[in-house]
Amino acid sequence: MPRILGVDIPDNKPIRISLTYIYGVGPHHAKLILEEAGIDGQVRAHTLNEDQLAQIANLIENNYVVEGALRRQIGQNIQRLRDIRSYRGWRHRAGLPVRGQRTKTNARTRKGRKKTVAGKKSIKGVK
Amino acid sequence: MARSLKKGPYINEKVYRKVEKLNESGSHAPIKTWSRACTIIPEFVGHTFEVHNGKVFIRVFVTEDMVGHRLGEFAPTRAFKQHTVGTKAQRARGL
Repeated sequence: MPRILGVDIPDNKPIRISLTYIYGVGPHHAKLILEEAGIDGQVRAHTLNEDQLAQIANLIENNYVVEGALRRQIGQNIQRLRDIRSYRGWRHRAGLPVRGQRTKTNARTRKGRKKTVAGKKSIKGVK
Repeated sequence: MARSLKKGPYINEKVYRKVEKLNESGSHAPIKTWSRACTIIPEFVGHTFEVHNGKVFIRVFVTEDMVGHRLGEFAPTRAFKQHTVGTKAQRARGL
C-alpha cells in the first residue's frame, strides 16, 4: 500500500486515478503532477517504487494546497463571509444555496433531506 | 459571471466623490446611498454607509475585509421570519 502525504493509500488503480483520492487533487492536477514527475499515469499505484512516490509527494507538497490545509483555507473563506455579514455569509449560515439558485423546489444538497410539512399541499390546492 | 476586467470595478461616481470629500475633511459621517451595486474600494474603509434595501437604509460600517464586495451585499432585501411551528392543536391534528 503506497502512502502519499500521510494518510492517502489508494492502491490497485492507475496512479492517475489513485492520486485523485487525495483531497484537492483531481484528474487535472493528477495529470499535471505525473507529467512533471515523468511517470506514466496508466501504471498501477503499487508498482511505483519509493523514489517515485517520494517525488510525487514532494511535487504535491511544494506546489499544491491539499488535505487539511485546503479544508482550512475553504473554511476560513466561508468564515470571512460570515464575519463581514455579507449576503453570501448568511446563506452559508442558513444552510441554503449561496449562488442565487431557486429554493422553491430542489436545493436538496444544501437543505438536506426533505422535511415534509403536513397540510402544505392542501393549502396550495385551496388557493 | 464575473465582470470583465477590462472595465474595472464598478464604482458609483457620486458615492466616490462623497467619500473623497469626507476623507479630505477627515469626517466619517454616514453616506446615504441607493447604489447597492457599487463596489467597495479601499478608500471606503472606515466609513459608514446607509445602504437602501428597497425600504429602509441599512447602516453598514465598512471594514477592510469588505473590500471587493458590493454595498448591497450587506443590506439584505428580504427578511426571513421563522417558519411557524404551529399551535398545539394544529400539531395534534397533524396539520
